[in-house]
Amino acid sequence: MTDTTSQSGPMLAADGTPLKKSLHRAQRRQKVRALMLIAPLLLFILVTFIAPIFDMLLRSVENDIVPDTLPRTVVALQDWDNASGEAPDEETFRAFYTDFALAEEQKAHTRLGSRLNFEMSGISSVFRSTGRDVGKFDTDYYTDQFVDADEVYEDPVQWSEWMADDGVASALPQTADAYAGWVKVLNEEGDDPLDEDIPDFVYTALYHDLAAGANPPVLPSVDVSGWDDISLKEQFIDSNEDWADPDIWATIKAFSGPYTAGYFANSIDLQSTPEGFAQRDEDERIYIKLFIRTMVMSLAITGMCILLGYPIAYLLSHLPARKANLLMILVLLPFWTSLLVRTSAWKVLLQNQGVINDILVWIGIVSDDNRLALINNANGTIIAMTHILLPFMILPLFSVMKTINPSYVRAAKSMGANDWTAFWRVYFPNSVPGIGAGSILVFILSIGYYITPELVGGVDGVFISNRIAYHISSSLNWGLAAALGSILLVLVLGLYYVYDRVVGIDNVKLGG
Amino acid sequence: MAPTAADNAFVEFDRVQKSYDGETLVVKDLNLSMPRGEFLTMLGPSGSGKTTCLMMLAGFETATHGDIRIGGTSINHIPPHKRGIGMVFQNYALFPHMTVAENLAFPLEVRKLGKSEREAKVQRALDMVQMGKFGGRRPAQLSGGQQQRIALARALVFEPELVLMDEPLGALDKQLREHMQFEITRIAHNLGITTVYVTHDQTEALTMSDRVAVFDDGRIQQLAPPDELYEAPQNSFVAQFIGENNTLTGVIKSIDGGRCAVQLDSGEVIDAMPVNVSKPGERTKVSIRPERVEINKSRLSPDAHTLKAEVLEFIYMGDIFRTRLRVAGREDFIVKTRNAPDQVRLQPGTTIEIGWLPEDCRALDA
Ligand SMILES: Nc1ncnc2c1ncn2[C@@H]1O[C@H](COP(=O)(O)OP(=O)(O)O)[C@@H](O)[C@H]1O
Ligand SMILES: [Mg+2]
Repeated sequence: MTDTTSQSGPMLAADGTPLKKSLHRAQRRQKVRALMLIAPLLLFILVTFIAPIFDMLLRSVENDIVPDTLPRTVVALQDWDNASGEAPDEETFRAFYTDFALAEEQKAHTRLGSRLNFEMSGISSVFRSTGRDVGKFDTDYYTDQFVDADEVYEDPVQWSEWMADDGVASALPQTADAYAGWVKVLNEEGDDPLDEDIPDFVYTALYHDLAAGANPPVLPSVDVSGWDDISLKEQFIDSNEDWADPDIWATIKAFSGPYTAGYFANSIDLQSTPEGFAQRDEDERIYIKLFIRTMVMSLAITGMCILLGYPIAYLLSHLPARKANLLMILVLLPFWTSLLVRTSAWKVLLQNQGVINDILVWIGIVSDDNRLALINNANGTIIAMTHILLPFMILPLFSVMKTINPSYVRAAKSMGANDWTAFWRVYFPNSVPGIGAGSILVFILSIGYYITPELVGGVDGVFISNRIAYHISSSLNWGLAAALGSILLVLVLGLYYVYDRVVGIDNVKLGG
Repeated sequence: MAPTAADNAFVEFDRVQKSYDGETLVVKDLNLSMPRGEFLTMLGPSGSGKTTCLMMLAGFETATHGDIRIGGTSINHIPPHKRGIGMVFQNYALFPHMTVAENLAFPLEVRKLGKSEREAKVQRALDMVQMGKFGGRRPAQLSGGQQQRIALARALVFEPELVLMDEPLGALDKQLREHMQFEITRIAHNLGITTVYVTHDQTEALTMSDRVAVFDDGRIQQLAPPDELYEAPQNSFVAQFIGENNTLTGVIKSIDGGRCAVQLDSGEVIDAMPVNVSKPGERTKVSIRPERVEINKSRLSPDAHTLKAEVLEFIYMGDIFRTRLRVAGREDFIVKTRNAPDQVRLQPGTTIEIGWLPEDCRALDA
């Protein structure tokens, strides 16, 4: 080779601009055109695929509801030692009272209760029962006391003016905070704070500020020193004695951050304890088992599809085009009937008194009182799903086999290889990309399958996706569903990576 | 096995027929016998059954009728992998998932040769086709010509006595093709192997072969060495197919020993050599090679028949001149003359007289 770029510096186009630049300019139009062509699909995928996946990933760690609903409690709980074995102090209960009363105004306490119930069962009912009581706490005593002391304390307009005063706000931090929270809730609900009665918890906060020695300007002075001190801790425990249980508080504290690993921990059978995450009891571990079962059974289904699909694809690819097309229609026939119909058909065939068992008994292979359990267990899932997914194996195998030049096998034979050697050493390696493509399709489809296992899987034939569906539609634990889904996604990507390493992803062909 | 008719025959086709669909015969009565070490080419238009013959010999197709023998033994019932025939396919059929060296080692492996022996043979075969350094490459990383060499080396590495090649150079460009033609014949002759070579390219057939079998319509039309094929075609198909050829049609007027007179459709009478015509009144196609036409009347014998010809076109082709004439009502009559200092360049529009030696003008079947 001689050096053709003997000139120094960049190559120049005919008009003197650097060649790279003019090439770039020439290609820009094409690039814009290409972008415009894919734009609709890109948008579609972004909206319907990427965004939901992102949302799902986010949901699996999102925990806004606790810090958003209980902001004051979360701060107060920071100083509480959850290993102390006791419920938090009065101070924390005061913060909790304000939070809870505000939450109750918006009915947010039930949502929070449901959320925390995922971490500790029973919490939800505690939240709901106290939600009914919180408006009837004895704290109306403070309201009466202030109004008795000066009528003006009843006037929401006055309150609004006081709280607008910087001096007041800084002198009465708890009051200002509670009032601001209340105003915010009212505004969100479209009510006018100037028309509504000031709630008990604001008076309670005012009492606590004043009792702590605050000396606010503007407000009519009230001497609170002789007043009863109502313990909010007792109020809560009176409402529901579980508030004395430190475990509730440990749970709230553990899930007080805006993000949580709790859903993921749950997904791999861990639970939160005061000492951090620990494995669940033996009989409560379900998810890891389900993940493993999903993988193993998907592999089994993939293996079955290879075993059953390879000879079919081989036959099809060696038939004349007309016959092959006819048979191909038969292969695709399952797609013509609804998935539900097919799955239900399997129920009829496979059940204990079903066609297959009847035939086996009739032939005498199995005895009548020893009929095979072919459905409502893992067998049923594997049989039905192999049937449903088989075309996804046959199609790529067929199109890859079609491209294997018949002269390869002939060449091998002419060189002295017998039929088996020619197949195994020459034909088979060239069909591996089809096996790869088919396996990836079948495996990924089966890993996420849910209708068929639901219908024919019984108890030990269900997949992780059935659990995900359950959490999405029944238990409404979307965070856990999202975490399970994310783990599944990572597992699939991990397998994909391993596959790429072992077989090579460019070794996957769908034909051509 | 009883000795066969041709005792020195190595490969024999004995009245072989082949039909794929049970309705039409693709090969209709093929008889062929090749001595050991011969380079024989099957030449014919596409669809004439060449590949079919090769595949029957290799064992990938079974003859519908007749006997194929190698070394006197009928091979009709021997499976392909036991025939020990090397093959080069048109698309080379190099295994894409193996390196070049693995491709070459394959036939040795299935023969259970030891590793060191295998490697030595592979290297020798690669060196033979001047590809010694390419053992580690994948076929996809080679150019067409290189793949071709590897395919050749692979067909030869297990030292078969018989090698079949089906249009092995079809995919190469002209220059490479010519070079490989030379290489293949050199190697085949050096190794002394018997070769059946299939091509539809007559130049290739003529330059490479000891003998050429011209195929058409499922039959061998003529089996002869290249020079004989070109100079003495036995029928009008061969005359047309091999080389350039001027054809005039007419009727035999008289036959006398090695000479006949042919009355052309346009009325003129010419002298010709009867090849496969037998009696007066028969229609015939006479065939004259463009380079055997004489345009200089003084070089013809005085009693020779001549024809009037009008010059239509003169094409300068470097080494030769190619002149198109109107002769006996046809406008595709070509004359080729050597570009020599004394050669006349015929001017279009002029009229000349042309003639030829009667033995260069062959009266063939119509
Ligand atoms: N496998 C086959 N099945 C049916 N017909 C075939 C097959 N192979 C070749 N033929 C037919 O046989 C004839 C001869 O084909 P072939 O031997 O390939 O010719 P060639 O190699 O001279 O071009 C063609 O008409 C072709 O259509
Ligand atoms: Mg052919």
